Amino acid sequence: MSQQVLAKDKGVEEPAKNSGISKRLSDFMVSYGIIIAFLFICAVLSVISPYFLSTNNLLNVLRQVSINGVLAIGMTFVILTRGIDLSVGSLMACSSIVAASFAAGSEASFILVPIMMGLVTGLTLGAVNGLLIARFAIPPFVMTLGMLSMARGLTYIYNDGMPISNLDATFRFIGQGVVLGMPVPVLLFLGVFLISWFTLRYTTFGRYVYAVGGNPQAAMVSGINVRRVTFTVYAISGLLCGLAGLMIAARTGAALPQAGVAYELDAIAAVVIGGTSLAGGRGRIVGTLFGVLIIGVLNNGLDLLGVSSFYQQVVKGGIIVLAVMLDRSRLSSS
Amino acid sequence: MSNNLLLEASNITKSFSGVPALENGVLRLRPGSIHALCGGNGAGKSTLLNILMGVLPRDGGSIKIEGRDVHFSSPKDALGFGISMISQELEPVPELTVAENIFLGREPKKAGFIVDYRRMFDQARDVLGELNIQIEPTVKLGSLSIAEIQMVEIAKAISQNARIIIMDEPTSAIGERETELLFEAVHKLKDRGAGIIYVSHRMNELFRIADDYTIMRDGTFVGTGSMGDIDRKYLIDTILGKELQEEFSKFNVPGEREILRVEHYTRHGEFKDISLSLKEGEILGIFGLMGSGRSEFLNTLFGINAPHDGEAWIDGAKFTPRGPRDAMDAGMAYVTEDRKGNGLLVGSSIRNNISMASVKKVSKLGLVSSRKEAKVARLQVENHQIKSSSIEMEVRHMSGGNQQKVVLAKWLQTDPNILMLDEPTRGIDVGAKREMYRFMSEFSRNGKGVIMTSSEIPEILGMSDRVIVFRKGRLAGELSGSDLNQDNLARLSS
Repeated sequence: MSQQVLAKDKGVEEPAKNSGISKRLSDFMVSYGIIIAFLFICAVLSVISPYFLSTNNLLNVLRQVSINGVLAIGMTFVILTRGIDLSVGSLMACSSIVAASFAAGSEASFILVPIMMGLVTGLTLGAVNGLLIARFAIPPFVMTLGMLSMARGLTYIYNDGMPISNLDATFRFIGQGVVLGMPVPVLLFLGVFLISWFTLRYTTFGRYVYAVGGNPQAAMVSGINVRRVTFTVYAISGLLCGLAGLMIAARTGAALPQAGVAYELDAIAAVVIGGTSLAGGRGRIVGTLFGVLIIGVLNNGLDLLGVSSFYQQVVKGGIIVLAVMLDRSRLSSS
Repeated sequence: MSNNLLLEASNITKSFSGVPALENGVLRLRPGSIHALCGGNGAGKSTLLNILMGVLPRDGGSIKIEGRDVHFSSPKDALGFGISMISQELEPVPELTVAENIFLGREPKKAGFIVDYRRMFDQARDVLGELNIQIEPTVKLGSLSIAEIQMVEIAKAISQNARIIIMDEPTSAIGERETELLFEAVHKLKDRGAGIIYVSHRMNELFRIADDYTIMRDGTFVGTGSMGDIDRKYLIDTILGKELQEEFSKFNVPGEREILRVEHYTRHGEFKDISLSLKEGEILGIFGLMGSGRSEFLNTLFGINAPHDGEAWIDGAKFTPRGPRDAMDAGMAYVTEDRKGNGLLVGSSIRNNISMASVKKVSKLGLVSSRKEAKVARLQVENHQIKSSSIEMEVRHMSGGNQQKVVLAKWLQTDPNILMLDEPTRGIDVGAKREMYRFMSEFSRNGKGVIMTSSEIPEILGMSDRVIVFRKGRLAGELSGSDLNQDNLARLSS
């Protein structure tokens, strides 16, 4: 209660001068705070382990984060509308096994067929999420929790729980190839990032995403088709799960039905560390990029230091909570 | 003399980052009195109240309670001295019962840790009964109306032995009948010897209920005295700090051409058989008590809900909106009653709010032109004198009046011909109200029309060319010319 009274008071009594400065300051912190945190972690790691800054290792980090990065970008769209997508790991696995079934062994289809099949699988399942959430008002948490289980089940059913290996070399290029010195998954991640950044920042659809998340009632009264926007963000998330499915199958050369378990946690973590509010309407895709990088660099750095993966989980969890704490204190102070 | 005062605040000062918000806060509250604290937005009222509540520390000055100097560092301290605040901003727990809310954190206990529900309900019933409030303590708070929730808050304040009760705009979201109940409860408080500090932008209310007044302007104390010694004009002039020629500026002239026609509009459970027409250049008032179906009617007219029966025409063409977008395409705009609930993206910038309903106008092929958008926003900010540091300022930092101007600017960007305003001056100060009235007159020239609802009789009388009265979801009558007066409005609406 005291916070509300305080916030109201500040707004009413000194609208102009003060909030301008603090707004700019907080904008600066939102835009650059996470970058500063990222650089700080990198600096510390490079002092502790000289190998950290080597081109080889940095490319390795980027390759490792690209799959979570693609998922986290889809998740950003969803979370910006006040939603959540818990099904990304399962959708990814399902897309991956469907795509792989068209790219395996001697009867592998033309490269575009498995790619399309993977993307369409992700898109379709995401669209089912979106349809039921937007049209029948099923809470996103419940719908995508259900989908997490359903899509996982479908993944096992599809090939009787068996992995599909021996993937075609052209297909594997998606995960293993290198173009102009950059691994293909990294290029895909960057491409998805740029398109999404542009979409959220410069298109009417991007505006609608923020409006729907910021205040769905106001968006509806302002003539925005809230249902369509809601549907679309889950479809986007699904499509990106399809892409991630292609990437993971191509990278490992096999599609495993148990792939991507708990991947939704890393994707949500990246979005949250990146400063996007779970309450919707507030956040940036650039934040998600650095959220993804911070998680990747931490994992990598702790690996280099020989810290066991058990401890890594503790550190990662702590970072998530810390990020949200900083975000809260920023919000209440501005 | 000062020993008889319940509360005496003198020379209170407070700055935020070097910017003074309060330069000379003064308030003398007598026991058993209702004290109107008046001033426009930015006058320093909220700062003063927050200092009295212990939410903000003061930079200077003194606060005495019954002659004793006090220093609060938290609202809990203030509560310890019997100061309690009741406002719209309070968030009680809707899933708990009335009694549980009243005794939240102070539940009567058995054996030290088991809540003694029987005793709690009995005590709650006692407190509510003492105020003549007909609310069962066992019902969930979420099932009550806003007015009832406020009365529960009053009961809570009494059960905490509060002697100084601050009420910030208690009537801004409740209907007339509920206002009466609230006033009754406030009088009971007064009879018990409590002092009530009462903030409201509704002048009528202040003259009805308050005994004393204190006026603030630009962070400074301007005057204090007995309500009986002043009139409405003096109060408004002093709040604004300037002579006010006319409270309602009205200079539109209704024409003959009909721009909107509604026949037999019905939505079961909300309103029934509503017919009306709007002419070019006209301001059509809709008067009715809260819950009379007027907001529901506007919602339906704007396509948010579909009518179960009835037809409408705009400029002679059949109008059957399937959603707000259709209504907007037909030239309608709708400033809703609840700014924060469905008008604004409070966490977003002025720029984004202004372009929200018309992003396509500043876009090409789905790409938003930031330059055009900013230009449009700056123009609106300038035209409506929206006080802001920049168009990137977040709307939640703005006062009610300025927020309302942002909502208005958003809708003007859609270039409407029919502007629907649901309680357009609720919760905004006298200065902003006058700008709103001037704007309505200005807008309704050039072949456009305004439909405005209000529950304030002076406003409806001052601004409308014609008035439709709603009663319990039905059309109770239409008034214009010499029939349009306070008695007829009151008679038809209740």
